[in-house]
Amino acid sequence: MPLRNPSAVVIRGGTVIDSTGSRSADVLIQEGVIATVGSKITSVPAGTVVLEASGCVVAPGLVDLHAHLREPGREEAETVASGARAAALGGYTALVAMPNTEPTIDSAAVVGQVLDLGAESCCDVRVAGAITVGREGRLLAPMAEMASLGVKLFTDDGSGVQDARLMRRALEYASALGVTLAQHCEDASLAGGGHMHEGEWSSRLGIPGQPAEAEELMLMRDLALARLTGARVHFLHLSTAGSLAMIRGAKASGLAVTAEVAPHHFTLTDAEVASYDPVFKVNPPLRSDADVAAVKAALADGVVDAIATDHAPHTQEAKEAPFDEAPPGMLGLETALALALTELDVPVEKILALMCWQPAAIAGLTAEHGGPVAVGRPANLCVIDPAAKWVVDPTALASRSRNTPYAGRSLVGKVRHTVLRGEPVVVEGEAQR
Amino acid sequence: MTVGTTTGTSATGTTTGSAGAPSTIAQADQPRAGRHLLSIADLGAEGIDEVMKLTDSFVEVSSRSIPKVPALRGKTVVSLFFEDSTRTRLSFETAARRLSADVMTFSSSSSSLKKGESLRDTVQTIEAMGIDAVVVRHGGSGVPWQVSRWVHGPSVINAGDGWHEHPTQALLDCYTIRQQQRARGIKSVPTLQGLRIAIVGDVRHSRVARSDVIAFAALGAHVTLVAPPTLLPASLVGWPVDVSHDLESVLPKLDVVYLLRLQKERMIEALLPSLREYTATYGLTRQRADLLPEGALIMHPGPVNRGVEIAAEVADLPASVITNQVANGVAVRMAVLYLLLGSGVDLAAA
Repeated sequence: MPLRNPSAVVIRGGTVIDSTGSRSADVLIQEGVIATVGSKITSVPAGTVVLEASGCVVAPGLVDLHAHLREPGREEAETVASGARAAALGGYTALVAMPNTEPTIDSAAVVGQVLDLGAESCCDVRVAGAITVGREGRLLAPMAEMASLGVKLFTDDGSGVQDARLMRRALEYASALGVTLAQHCEDASLAGGGHMHEGEWSSRLGIPGQPAEAEELMLMRDLALARLTGARVHFLHLSTAGSLAMIRGAKASGLAVTAEVAPHHFTLTDAEVASYDPVFKVNPPLRSDADVAAVKAALADGVVDAIATDHAPHTQEAKEAPFDEAPPGMLGLETALALALTELDVPVEKILALMCWQPAAIAGLTAEHGGPVAVGRPANLCVIDPAAKWVVDPTALASRSRNTPYAGRSLVGKVRHTVLRGEPVVVEGEAQR
Repeated sequence: MTVGTTTGTSATGTTTGSAGAPSTIAQADQPRAGRHLLSIADLGAEGIDEVMKLTDSFVEVSSRSIPKVPALRGKTVVSLFFEDSTRTRLSFETAARRLSADVMTFSSSSSSLKKGESLRDTVQTIEAMGIDAVVVRHGGSGVPWQVSRWVHGPSVINAGDGWHEHPTQALLDCYTIRQQQRARGIKSVPTLQGLRIAIVGDVRHSRVARSDVIAFAALGAHVTLVAPPTLLPASLVGWPVDVSHDLESVLPKLDVVYLLRLQKERMIEALLPSLREYTATYGLTRQRADLLPEGALIMHPGPVNRGVEIAAEVADLPASVITNQVANGVAVRMAVLYLLLGSGVDLAAA
């Protein structure tokens, strides 16, 4: 393939936006590293690949804190390669693969397997390790062993750690390793197996609901444990107005906590479930109008640190079950940026902070990702056309699965090119491998 | 009758005005009679009225020595029951047979679902056999909606989905109230307008309650839910109801008291302390039944837990119309099948 590992690439005519600000500049990349950033770079080496970027934003590649790649174990729904391709098309140059695989990512062996699978993919695949063995909430997983392979985030993923003492010990143990624990907040006893948000819609539709308080209770507990242990905690996909108010208070009181939200929690409400289509089933569930408004407000005022996809592929067969039997989760990697650009009333610089340098910092990836577009930095970049209009077509997605809740939705803003370590992995919206 | 187009029904109501073929049957070819019956809300007051009037003629058919009409000859109705419900299944199948339709029965215990076939594959396999209607009962709320998206030709009739809806139960309940008003001389022109109806018991988990609330309110009745807070839905926003936790204060003002079945596992879920306490606070005991005004009706969707939500002797009082509900179920379901599939054959030509 001609584009694979070219010695030089130039991105021409765009507006560079990074954590240092915004300026019109061309970007010349040589041997995978940014060589020149300046206006109208005219002298380039022979054979330089030219990526056109006029009218576009040139930014550090996006970083996703929360992607389920399904490999090993559920390759019929997604593989590391297909998930990485979807990520590249979504503008991501790095993602954190969640540990709810089969087997669970709870040992160096499985960490190594996923990292190996990701090494040849078109996105920088990192992994989150499990806090407990098998994500069963009983015994601590060997976090030091996994941390030695570069794992920076640990989480029991969709099974929030229910036992307060165990969570306390995990936070204490992790604090010596320089890693961050991330929690899916859901008090299992109060959630009681609810399949959607408890409220007006669940009551009308006759679907068992889980109250917002099931999320808020565990968040409240973990904020207390963060205070007790002094450990850093990252909160995954928060979805309720109450949760965001608590994060606001915790940050004001100086706790070292960070929080992410998912695109579906600022674009969809529980009213969607009236169709009984399990494509709208997700955990945490789609919430009320008031919760969606609170998520948007928290994104705008900086209480939330990151937008993370919670990309969760499932096969058609799995999603064609009755609503209460279908697995939760929806695709996200290929639509997240466009949804943010279309639905959020915040400037593009702010969206990039939420999807790029802030999540890079939480994941401990700033050496390679999310840093300034500057000479000497690794060339992990994306080029975004903020005015491009497109319609989500599930059959056109690179993911192996089709469970996007946005089929037919018109969006504004599209990834034009993605460059990973100097290699154009996406050119004019097409994956190159 | 509901969402979607009217393709698939070829109801051309060419009735001739002889006995048993009232003019209302001609309405079967009105566009309003859609393809499916999923929610009672899709019918609205007018649609419910239409079914009521048609039911009158099928009650008459059922009283004949040979209670059978050729209205659906050549049509095939499948009962697709993923949840045990002998009563509802037999009621639908009897209704279909009395209309001369062919009936196929699918129940999950004898099905390929046990062999790992998906719900969608099961539905589409049955559709491929060439059928006209599928009557769906499932423990999961919303399954009939999913089925209606997967089939192209057949009508889908909701025979009860999870905690959500049971539209033909609501229709037979409305019919039974009107029938009793006529039979008991309570009202010369039967109507639910202004009636005071209490639905008592486990509303939270009840598809009957959800459909009945919609139907009763659509027809102008005033509905009160009587239950402990643990057995009410988490939110009643948008429900056209009042709520009471005091059955005895509600009973003297009622035209109808409608008791719901209480599942015994509710104690495990910490929704109730005990059956005994439930019966003591919300059961329709003989003493409480005496608080009902003259002429008030006692209803229950069945099967009855005698001695729990209703005392054994109360279930057998003249005010109790529980067996009438069952009897009317067949005629109401004949009316529904006829409206959805009717070929316009003269009902009098038995």
